[in-house]
Amino acid sequence: MEGVESALLAARAQFAITISFHIVLAALTIGLANFLMVLEGLWLLRGRKIYLDVYRYWLKIFALTVAVGTASGLILEYQFGLNWSRLSTQAGDILGPLMFYEVLAAFFLEAGFLGIMLFGLKRVGPRVHFFATCAVAAGSLISAFWILSANSWMQTPAGFSIGADGRFIAQDWWAIIFNPSFPYRLVHMTLAAMLGTATLVAGASAWQLLKEPENPRARLQYSMALWTILVLAPAQIVVGHFHAEHSLVVQPQKVAAIEGSWTRPPEGAGEPMRLFALPDMDERRNHWELSIPRVGSLYLRYNLTGTIAALNEFAPQDIPPVPIVFFAFRFMVGLGLLMLGQGLVSWMLRRRQRLCSARWMMRGCVLMAPAGFLAMLSGWVVTEVGRQPFTVYGLLRTADSLSSISHRQVIASTWSILGFYLLIFGIGLWVLLRILRKPALEDEPGPQPTLADETGDS
Amino acid sequence: MWGNDWITLLSAAALAFSVLNYVLLDGTDLGVGVLLGFTRCSKQRRAMAVTILPIWDANETWLVLGGGGLLALFPMAYAILLPALYLPFIVMFLALILRAAALEFRDYAPDQTVKRCIDGLLMCGSLLIGGSQGIVLGALVQGLPNSGAQYTGDGREWMGPFPLFCGAVLVVGYTWLGACWLYWRTEDELQQRSKRQAKSLAVVTIALLAVLVVWTVKLDVWYAQRLSDTFVWLPGAALFVSLTIGFILGCRSRRDYLPLFAALGIFVLAFAMMIAALFPLIVPPNLTLQAAASSTVSQIFMLIGFAVLIPVTLIYNTYGFKVFSGKVHPVRD
Repeated sequence: MEGVESALLAARAQFAITISFHIVLAALTIGLANFLMVLEGLWLLRGRKIYLDVYRYWLKIFALTVAVGTASGLILEYQFGLNWSRLSTQAGDILGPLMFYEVLAAFFLEAGFLGIMLFGLKRVGPRVHFFATCAVAAGSLISAFWILSANSWMQTPAGFSIGADGRFIAQDWWAIIFNPSFPYRLVHMTLAAMLGTATLVAGASAWQLLKEPENPRARLQYSMALWTILVLAPAQIVVGHFHAEHSLVVQPQKVAAIEGSWTRPPEGAGEPMRLFALPDMDERRNHWELSIPRVGSLYLRYNLTGTIAALNEFAPQDIPPVPIVFFAFRFMVGLGLLMLGQGLVSWMLRRRQRLCSARWMMRGCVLMAPAGFLAMLSGWVVTEVGRQPFTVYGLLRTADSLSSISHRQVIASTWSILGFYLLIFGIGLWVLLRILRKPALEDEPGPQPTLADETGDS
Repeated sequence: MWGNDWITLLSAAALAFSVLNYVLLDGTDLGVGVLLGFTRCSKQRRAMAVTILPIWDANETWLVLGGGGLLALFPMAYAILLPALYLPFIVMFLALILRAAALEFRDYAPDQTVKRCIDGLLMCGSLLIGGSQGIVLGALVQGLPNSGAQYTGDGREWMGPFPLFCGAVLVVGYTWLGACWLYWRTEDELQQRSKRQAKSLAVVTIALLAVLVVWTVKLDVWYAQRLSDTFVWLPGAALFVSLTIGFILGCRSRRDYLPLFAALGIFVLAFAMMIAALFPLIVPPNLTLQAAASSTVSQIFMLIGFAVLIPVTLIYNTYGFKVFSGKVHPVRD
């Protein structure tokens, strides 16, 4: 029995490791592809070369991250079989097609036009090249569409029936793809990808401006990134709120864990907002709770007395690990509020014409560089750990989804993957930082500047 | 029932098409990766990398389609194959990441020594990818114990001599494709050397393939019956002879793309032979396509998408290839 337990933990860890690295790269692909599309569009529209210089500079970063991102995604396409073969057998009929369409509609669009986008401007001319950039950006978004649909279906399954052998059979594809939680998750994640990229670009630009305060290209990208944060951070908070409100209907355990609510408050007392607590799974209560009375009711029920289903209303074996969900949520929201503040401060500085001279703000932006992606990762921890102990919510338990392989194999491979990832992505990050240290040049060459001349018959 | 059979056959064809495309396209890139590690001159290595830089990512995507397709169309086969070949698959995925990182980051190497090391890693990655893919195919042909849609073996079937031999064959074969590709896409000394390599690798690959066929026939009575069927071996042998002649003539002709296409033809032929031997099984010794297939609704849902989107994909991928076609002439190291 201990072998099964440790195999389960190792298999979950393996999925968490591989998806965490991949999702940051994938989100960066989405964010950068759209940023690049806007830059090239502005270049074509206004004809100012500065846009092209900034475009080429970030294209270099894009070239380094996108291919490694694809390669790190490959292992995920097969994770379901390696460690979760029972889930694959049970739900393959539904999850498979969604992932299949992801590759078919999106991956190919992205990968097929990538070569032209990265190296082809000289060879195909600006119009076709802009089309390629748009295709890559669209591909990255469609990719997110399908994969989030698959994930959302596992959170809020719909449109299926269960066959005689216990397998999920597709009944209504529309209901499967547009399952109840999918719209919220799609918007929330797309915004997260853009925000994560924006804080990163703002951080890198601020770092460059601290060294070269007059560089016009660093200023341009700094300003663009901060505009993005100003607009998207509040939008993300609103979307996140509605996402949570919807979860309250479809996954009440998850919201109870987020709130750290073990017992329902007495009639009329209202739900408190717990700022801090140490949730205890054994005693099924919180230690060190610090809360503001009734505020929880305000954002959960829009009144001062409403309550939500508490954790003790569910069977102990049906609730997620509360402390992880509880803290990950607070970490995410805290970072979200910081990003909101970052956007607002940048706006005030802008109104006083001090955006490109306030060095303290630049230092702050450097510190905030990883904030967007960290918030995104903790958001995923909330939603994925919060769904436990199920893979297909309410229907298939995580423990029943596992492959029948030796736990030694799973544990050894998980450690190897972790070590390998830390090494490779560590080196990759180091190279990226070395490039980001220097701002874009005038006549920025872009990735592989000679490649267009090295190929082709001309 | 006939309708369902027909749809499952179409699904199998779609999956086979994806896997074959992967083997042909990325196999060539992997071959180039292997050869890159053996090349001393840095300018030539640059030329080799430039031939694949704009397209390798798209080529690799066929493997993602293969994975998604297998899960979607034949979930049982997916659920047996991956746990059974756990280690080779994990090695392959890590090697794929290594290859991607090496290929994209090699131009950021601070000096030639580091670059040489990165190219060494690129070669190791390419070798491991090709080798583990060969092992996977070999273990599949050899058969994987399973019952009730779950793998029941001990995780060591792939360590046998036959899968390991298949791994070696595929690595040599990929390298052969890579040499033919370089003969087509490069000039001067590199082209001449690639031609010599292509010729000797052709001899080795063909010899290894001959051993492989004999070994496969000895592996199982079923395979022996299948492959000795006149409708299988006669067209197979005829095609093989004409492709080999095509390769020899191609090496002499001025059309320097001919050897590559002849070599790809031999790969297609070998792949077709494997399918002919396996059919209607998807995971020997017992799991058939029918038993492993997902529900008809799911299959139809995907086949429609496949029929609409794959032609479009092929068109713009071909366009992407065309933009960067022609001889490569490196201007820097």
